[in-house]
Amino acid sequence: MTGTRFSMLGRAVCVLGLALGLAGAALAQQPLKIGFGMSLTGPLAGNGKAALIAMEIWRDDVNAKGGILGRKVEFVYYDDQTSPATVPGIYTKLLDVDKVDLVVSGYGTNVIAPAMPIMMQRNLTFMTLFGLNVNSKFNYDRYFQIMPAGPNPAVGWSQGFFDAAMGMNPKPKTVALVGADAEYPAMALEGAREHAKKTGLKIVYDKTYPPNTVDYSPIVRAIQATNPEVVFVASYPPDSAGMVRAANEVGLKTRMFGGGLVGPQFAALKTQLGPLLNGVVNYEFYAPDLGGKFPFLEKFLSKYQARAVVEKVDPLGFYLPPYAYAMMQVLDQAITATKGLDQAKIADYIHKSEFDTFVGKVRFAKNGEWAVSRVMMTQYNGISGNDVEQFKKPGRLTVLSPREYKTGELKAPYHDNKK
Amino acid sequence: MEVSWALLANAIIAGLLLGGFYAAMSVGISISFGMLDVVNIAHPAFIILGSYIAYIVNDQFGFDPIVVSVVVSPLFFLLGMVLYRIYYLCFERRGQESLRGLAFFFGILFITEVALVLIFGVDYRMVSSRYGDVTWRLGEVGFPMRLVVPFLVSMVMVIGVQLFLTHTFFGRAVLAVAQDQLALRLMGVNPVRVKELAFAISIATAGVAGAFLIVIQPVQPAIGREFIGLVFAVCVLGGMGSILGTLLGAFVLGLAESFTSTFFGPSWAPAVSFGLLLATLAFRPSGLLGR
Amino acid sequence: MSNRVFAVVALAVALALAAVTQLIPNEYFFSAAYTVLLFVILATAWNILGGYTGYVNFGSAAFFAIGAYTTVFFYNAFKAPLPVGIVAGTLVAGLAGLGLGYLTLRLRGVFFAIASLALAVVLYIFIVNWDYVGGARGAYVLQPREIPFGLPRYIHLIYAVQLMMAAFALVVSRVIEKSTLGRGLAAIRDDELAAECSGVPTLKLKIFSTMMSCALMGMAGTTFPYYLSYIEPSSAFSLSYAVNSIAMPLIGGMMSWMGPLIGAVLLGTVQQLVQVTISSAWNLLIVGVLLVLFVTLAPNGIMGWVDAWRRRKGR
Repeated sequence: MTGTRFSMLGRAVCVLGLALGLAGAALAQQPLKIGFGMSLTGPLAGNGKAALIAMEIWRDDVNAKGGILGRKVEFVYYDDQTSPATVPGIYTKLLDVDKVDLVVSGYGTNVIAPAMPIMMQRNLTFMTLFGLNVNSKFNYDRYFQIMPAGPNPAVGWSQGFFDAAMGMNPKPKTVALVGADAEYPAMALEGAREHAKKTGLKIVYDKTYPPNTVDYSPIVRAIQATNPEVVFVASYPPDSAGMVRAANEVGLKTRMFGGGLVGPQFAALKTQLGPLLNGVVNYEFYAPDLGGKFPFLEKFLSKYQARAVVEKVDPLGFYLPPYAYAMMQVLDQAITATKGLDQAKIADYIHKSEFDTFVGKVRFAKNGEWAVSRVMMTQYNGISGNDVEQFKKPGRLTVLSPREYKTGELKAPYHDNKK
Repeated sequence: MEVSWALLANAIIAGLLLGGFYAAMSVGISISFGMLDVVNIAHPAFIILGSYIAYIVNDQFGFDPIVVSVVVSPLFFLLGMVLYRIYYLCFERRGQESLRGLAFFFGILFITEVALVLIFGVDYRMVSSRYGDVTWRLGEVGFPMRLVVPFLVSMVMVIGVQLFLTHTFFGRAVLAVAQDQLALRLMGVNPVRVKELAFAISIATAGVAGAFLIVIQPVQPAIGREFIGLVFAVCVLGGMGSILGTLLGAFVLGLAESFTSTFFGPSWAPAVSFGLLLATLAFRPSGLLGR
Repeated sequence: MSNRVFAVVALAVALALAAVTQLIPNEYFFSAAYTVLLFVILATAWNILGGYTGYVNFGSAAFFAIGAYTTVFFYNAFKAPLPVGIVAGTLVAGLAGLGLGYLTLRLRGVFFAIASLALAVVLYIFIVNWDYVGGARGAYVLQPREIPFGLPRYIHLIYAVQLMMAAFALVVSRVIEKSTLGRGLAAIRDDELAAECSGVPTLKLKIFSTMMSCALMGMAGTTFPYYLSYIEPSSAFSLSYAVNSIAMPLIGGMMSWMGPLIGAVLLGTVQQLVQVTISSAWNLLIVGVLLVLFVTLAPNGIMGWVDAWRRRKGR
């Protein structure tokens, strides 16, 4: 009897041990699930899809190397419809129902901010994609943001623009500020106002317009009537096109024009506007002229560009996709270095370390933004016709700042570039 | 800011050009909503459909978008006929057109939008035309061809519709259908047939207006919603059921927008337009030229 | 069931639901349920005017946003707690409804619809240019760290609040439906001229029901800034609120208080499910197709089927 009982107990222990062992092995092989919401429909879907492609390329690259910590990476993602209202539902579903191991954000302030309370309640590390100074209100120490706007995004954004403006000879005295009624332009204009105050530029025009304006020429004429030496524009793609066209139609005469136009970074607007862009000064995150400085990016871009054509998104991919990839690289390196998913350790590691990514070396400031701003201020020139291939080659985009990437000098005044 | 004559003249020209474009978008609503009492809230969706057809033909073959839209307008005409048939059978005949008809068109709006998203994706699309980047100058006043060409074609279209309505038997029947269907029946005209054809014309104008839109600005599928308020505002402001009223309403809104943009602050332009509409509704509900 | 009994039952059910569901460990349930409840309130509110009276309000989103932005205003100005926002938002939206009704309800129904659309645009521009409540940049409303009643997270609280408000909206809707007021409204819907001639004070009734309807829409918006923590005009004025508040009563049935409830729970849940399953443009397509199918094939909505079935059984 005792023997039998013992053997039964022994067998039970054995089975339990085996089960535990199996579970352990299964755990090691269980995929690492990363969850996020992404805008696949709605106004920002073009960018959302491009970001998703970049992240999938990263996933495939990582899995080809054997995954993270020996675990294959899997994505669980939902369409947030570019609507903040969907975000709390998506992230609670990801965390509570799908039980993902990590979450990252979707694209843009709109869908990052509503996820913040959930992250903060659960003390999760939150890598985010192109949010504008979201953390200024939340002050969350596990928030990180991959857009290179620097620790003070509003100011860092237009630093290069105003540096270039003040570098002109003679120094300008007046500036006009104009932008769309939306969250990004409002922030960019706020920063521009600060620059104007710092540099002593007199603001002669400071107005906003509704994003669905049909005709922009009255706005440009009103600006021209104030005769500003510098015009700073903060706009979203459809109105960027409208403003650039109106500036051409009106024959705007000013020394510098542009700064914060969202849109010309993408192939669609580059090809549509073509030569109309010549002379416009604008921010970019990558220029083909800098190919040598980002050695791995070329490889990534060729993969991306092949897929982008099929999925009908931005065929150049200079703007958002490399950063979406880099965001995942940071996370990858932090997990690998801390050898686990301890959120505190990961956040701590990201704060302390420098990351080598496709977009260069990245360090994060205390508030989770890039430690140093790297918004490139560039000037378009030499664009002829509306062909997309010319933008893949160097020579259409002069980088004015930051200094280490500078490839040429500002050509002012703006209207002389039209001749 | 000094108010110079050049600025003023430019504001007037810009407002008129814009108004011409608004008239093209709204003339269809003026027919369907103003005369036939069909609250076609999906009208802007058909405008966007027109934009995409112009886009795809322009993109593939390089034909001029506005020419394309005029050539394919019979297709829109047919579409309008089919749509009205469904609407009539399901709602008008049962006497439930007001609310459910509205919801029906709301549904059509979404279905069209999603269909365009699924086919073309969500990116902004645009066309290339020979006049797109050309501007004529008359002294200090600029005439961007991007707006002038749609303006001219729009004027031809709107005035054509007006002449058709006042100078043909069928056109008068359309005007009559809005007033007294019984009398029309007694005269041996089938009001349903008349309404069907009139509705078809209204959809055909939407197709052409779509080409104007994509010549003027980049287009994506969901952009149509932005214009729902506008087209109804133009129609009501000018006076229900009056094409000339619609033209007037469109110019008033275009001028209001360009003047607010130039002299006050562009941000308030839509508020001024729609404030005008609210005031009209409250104090002169028959519109500027209403019956 | 008398109105008083119904009110007690509705609130008791809401309380019980709020209490029982707190045991659900999964936070997703609360976010999803919050959204569905939001639509229950919106649809019920819309139906008080649209269903009972036959006047279409396209501006649901505007009244919803008035509620939301009143909360933001009181939060920015006085760090006022949620209940202040709820009461104030409801009142302000009601007043806006009163104004709109007074100006435009003398006209044909379709003019009212267009006026409500225009009002939404004007209000939107106003909010965009009003920096105190965030303007175009949007406003942050941080969830309080201290959560009353020992609830684990803030979402549990606003979910329970939303549940109470939904019950309240249903009670209001039912009281109006069953009262002489409701009969007056139905008379307006069927034939306004005849109602006027037989002594129904049509304008007064219409204005009253517009006010109630708009106030409840505002109420639905008051918790929204806390739910998202961040609110900006284009999402607060999103067309989806206007669309859903019309589609849901149409699908559920517009003649009684139960229709919008059924429509909202059904369509709202479907949308939540689609969002985390098929996840694409299909979401909008489903609303569109359902809308077209229902209005063409089942003009009285789901409640219409129920009534027809009851009648057949009764015979």
